[in-house]
This record gives sequence, structure tokens and C-alpha cells, in this order.
Amino acid sequence: MYCVFRENSEQQYISLIKGENMKKQNMFTKEYAWRGLMTAGGLLVIAITICIGAFLIYKGSGTFTIFGHSIFEFLGSTDWNPEDNAQGGGTVGALIFIVGSLCTCGLALLIATPFAVGSAIFMIEIAPKFGEKFYRPIVEIFAGIPSVVYGWVGLTVLIPAIKKVFHLQVGHSVLAAGIVLALMIFPTISNVAADSIHSVPKDYRMAAYGLGSTRWQSIYKVVIPAAGSGILSGIILGLARAFGEALAVAMVIGQTTALPKGLFSTTKSLTTEIAAQMGNATEGGEMKTALWTMALLLFLLSLLFILLIHYFSRPKKDKE
Amino acid sequence: MNRVQRARGINQIMTGVFYLIAVFFFTLLIGFASYVIIKGFTGATPEMFAFARKGSIGNQLFNTIYLVFISLLFSIPLGVTAGIYLAMYAKKGFLTKFLRICIETLSSLPSIVVGLFGYLVFLVFFGLGKSLLAGALSVSILAIPVITTTTEDAINGLPGHYLQASLGLGATRWQSIYHVLIPACIPRIMTGVILAAGRGFGEAAALLYTTGSGTDLRWNNWNLTSPPTCPLNIFRPAETLSLQIWGGLQINGQDPNLANLSAAILMILVLLFSIGEMH
Repeated sequence: MYCVFRENSEQQYISLIKGENMKKQNMFTKEYAWRGLMTAGGLLVIAITICIGAFLIYKGSGTFTIFGHSIFEFLGSTDWNPEDNAQGGGTVGALIFIVGSLCTCGLALLIATPFAVGSAIFMIEIAPKFGEKFYRPIVEIFAGIPSVVYGWVGLTVLIPAIKKVFHLQVGHSVLAAGIVLALMIFPTISNVAADSIHSVPKDYRMAAYGLGSTRWQSIYKVVIPAAGSGILSGIILGLARAFGEALAVAMVIGQTTALPKGLFSTTKSLTTEIAAQMGNATEGGEMKTALWTMALLLFLLSLLFILLIHYFSRPKKDKE
Repeated sequence: MNRVQRARGINQIMTGVFYLIAVFFFTLLIGFASYVIIKGFTGATPEMFAFARKGSIGNQLFNTIYLVFISLLFSIPLGVTAGIYLAMYAKKGFLTKFLRICIETLSSLPSIVVGLFGYLVFLVFFGLGKSLLAGALSVSILAIPVITTTTEDAINGLPGHYLQASLGLGATRWQSIYHVLIPACIPRIMTGVILAAGRGFGEAAALLYTTGSGTDLRWNNWNLTSPPTCPLNIFRPAETLSLQIWGGLQINGQDPNLANLSAAILMILVLLFSIGEMH
């Protein structure tokens, strides 16, 4: 009797263990399957990025390999007259667009940076309660407003205003583009700068006050230098956003193929030329290939901005 | 004493300057939003809210929301898996570093470049034709980095005990992720999704060469396999609100009030989503 019972229970026990093992095995297969799936997701993101880069290089290098233009012509000449067919023979100097982009973005940064850093200081240092509750959320909302809306308001409000104030024939100008871009990148810079000012340890301020400094002295001499790299990252992020903006700029820049002569002259930028011409150009033609090269240039520039941000926000060695 | 007084004076002046900057931008931003919304609605006529072929915004509004929905169908699974991989499985090394650089590159890519890529891949290589699907896939490329980073931040931001307790109870890594970490992260992941959706609503440059302009919908046609007038068909051209604003410039004679109304509706959509994101 006892023996039988024991045998039974032993068998039960063994089968239990077997089942448990099966379950465990099943669990581990699942574990590895899911892990594989997550890794695949990560790899797919890498693949997409590489794909974008590879396609742009493949398409954009055509200007130099198929149509035989030199890089110096592309980057250094203002002679933009590519043929819209596969024979080529036109000129592909993109300097006008590069200068146009640089001017508008530079102007936007000049306008936006002081205000953005100022309002970041306001919301963290001067009025933290109001800043945290109202000001910052509103600035954050404005980072998400579509660029077309900015462009549209620029076109319908800003351009007539510029025309009236400065007595011009046309209101479309580098200035208008700069202002629209400045308004667009203001929230970006402001948010990043506020984050980096917020992360400055409180002891720094306390130490400054303890030494008898006023609030402005502690901001100017202690907080801003300590948050400097973060603020710089914000500025570069803003610059990257301004560089890539196409339609808002296209609405207000006036679209004439000439180097800008001053604040009030019309010109074109890299993105606006791509947006305007890509649809009309023939597939495989010199024109389209040159436009691809400009897209490649934009891609390389955004890579450069990222490297710059990494360079500025790398962990610093302690200077004792 | 003189120096102290001067320092105090400068301090007060600078405080005033900061207040001025803040007040100026506060009013500017509020004024901007209310101007767009008020101007949009004062110029609008009742016909503009219809779902007609021309001169209305109904179809465009539907296209905008539908396109963002489709793009999220692609970007949420991919973005969340990549985020989980980065937070839980990635080992320190070249691959992880490279993946992070890739995500940063994606997030700072000019949207027109993404649009060109979408045009090249989905239209030229796969021969999709200008379609809602091609546009949605392009927008999802822009949404992936947002969702990935918020997912990773959300998981990394959880207290370490969550994972430790779950592992201590004998759960495997995936079981802890699925049953403990992700449920705890859902609100923050949703924030990322809403952020991405808000971006998607306003996207225009990426759609310029992928979805095309003009939209012809028959609201009694629900046959998916029929010619491209069925609203749910994803292989039809689909003009969105932002493209309508842009298109208003290209086609002479289009009522600027229509573009004003589109801008107002877009603004309201973005505001609603931003407020939704904060709660």
C-alpha cells in the first residue's frame, strides 16, 4: 500500500518536473523571441537611417559622377542654370541657395537667441512659480505649431507690415524669413536652455548669494557659464530646425535666384528651391540630380549639427 | 557703498528687462494663436465646413486625421520596440551608440528631405503613386525618433525596484517588461505618441511630394477596392490641411479665407493635443 502510494507520488512528481521544465523551456523560447523582436526594431531604425543616407548619396552624387561637375562649382559658384534633361551641360552653382539659407538662419538666430535665453532665465530664475505653471507650458505648445501656419501668418501679416513700415515695393525679404524662423525656433531654444539652467545645482546660486552677489550677478557670472553647453546645444538645435524649414520660408522669402544684397532683398534658400523645383523637374535630369545633391547637403549639415551638439555637451573634465 | 548700489541698480534693471522679454513673448504667443483662430473663423462661410470637392475643408480635415492615424500604426510598434531595446536589452557598445546617433539623425532631419526620401522609395521604387500611404509612411519616419526617445526615457525613469522586484519574483526579463514596466510607462509613452501626432498634423514639407494635392472623395462609397474615391482607401491622393494652406498660394484665385480657416483648425488641433499631452 505504502509502496504503491510512493511510486505514484514519485511518478506524479517526475511528470510535474517534466511539465515545469516544458513550461520553463517555453518561457525561455518566448523570452528569446521577444528579445529578438525588440532587437529587430532597433536594427530596423538603423536600417531606415542608413537607407536614407545611402539613397541621398546615391542620388546626390550624380551631379559629380554622371554630369561631371566639380564640388567647387556646386559649392562655390552662383551660376545656377541646370538643364532639365539627362544630357546635362548646364551649370549647377548652388552658392545662392547656400548663402540664402545661411543669411536667413543666421538672422533668425540673432533675433531669437537673446530673447529665448532671456525667457529661459525668466522662467527658471526670476519667476519660477509663474514660469513653471504658465509660461513654460505655453512656450512648449508653440514648439509644436505647424510651420505652415507660421509661414501663412508671416505672409498675410508680416509682409504687408514690412512693406508699409519700410516703404518697399515687395515685402518678401530675408528679413521676413528671418523673423518667421526666429519665431519658429524661439520655443526650441528656450526649452532646451531652460532645461540646462534648471539642472545647474542649487548650491551654485547659494554660494553666489552667500558671497554677496545680487541675483543678476549670480545669473550672469555663475548660472549662465554653468549652463553654457546646454544653452549652446539649444541654439544648435534651433539652427538645425531653421535650416531644414522649407515651406514657411518659401512663403516669405520671395523666390528670386540672386544673392541677397541686404535685409530687404529677396532670395532663395536650399530648402525652398527643392520644394519649388522638385515637382517640375524630369526624372534623371541634371536639374533633378542637382536638387538631390542639395538634399544630400542638407542631410550632411544635420549630421554636422548633431556632431556639434555631442561635442559641446560631452562630459567635461573637472578643472580643479 | 557706491559699488553695492550700482550692483543693486543693475540687478533691478536686468530683472525689469527679463520681465519685459517674458511679457512681450507671452503676449506675442497668445496674440498669435488668438489671431490665427479668430481670423480663421471670422472669414469663414458655412460652405467651407462642408465635405465638398472644392472650397471646403472637411475632406482635408478627415485626410489629416486619417493620415496621422495610419502613420501611427507604423511608428508606434517600431518606435516602442526600438525604445524597449535601447532601455532594456542594448549593451554598451558600437551598435547601441550607432543606434542612438541614427535616432538623433532621424529626429533632426529636415522634413523636406524625409519627404524626398519617401517620394523616391514609395513612389519611384515601389510605384505607389501619390497616395495617403506614402505620405503616412514618410510622416512615420519623422515620428519614430520621438516615440523611441520617450519610450526609452519612460522606462529608464522608472524606479529601479520595479524591475528588481519583478525579477526577484522569478519573472523573466520579458515578463517583467510586459507585465510590469510597460504598464507603468503607458502614460509617458502616450505623451510621446501625442507629441508625434501633433507634429504629424502640421507636417507639410514631407507630404508635398508624397500625398499630392487635390482630393476627391465620395462619402457614400465605402468600397475599398473601388477607384480612389473611397474615403478609407489608403492608395488615393490625400490633401491635408497644411497642404491646403500651401496650395492656396500656388493656385491663384483660391479664397485666402479658406487657408485662414485651415490654419485656424490646425491651430486648434495642435492646441487640443498639446493640452491633452500635459494631462
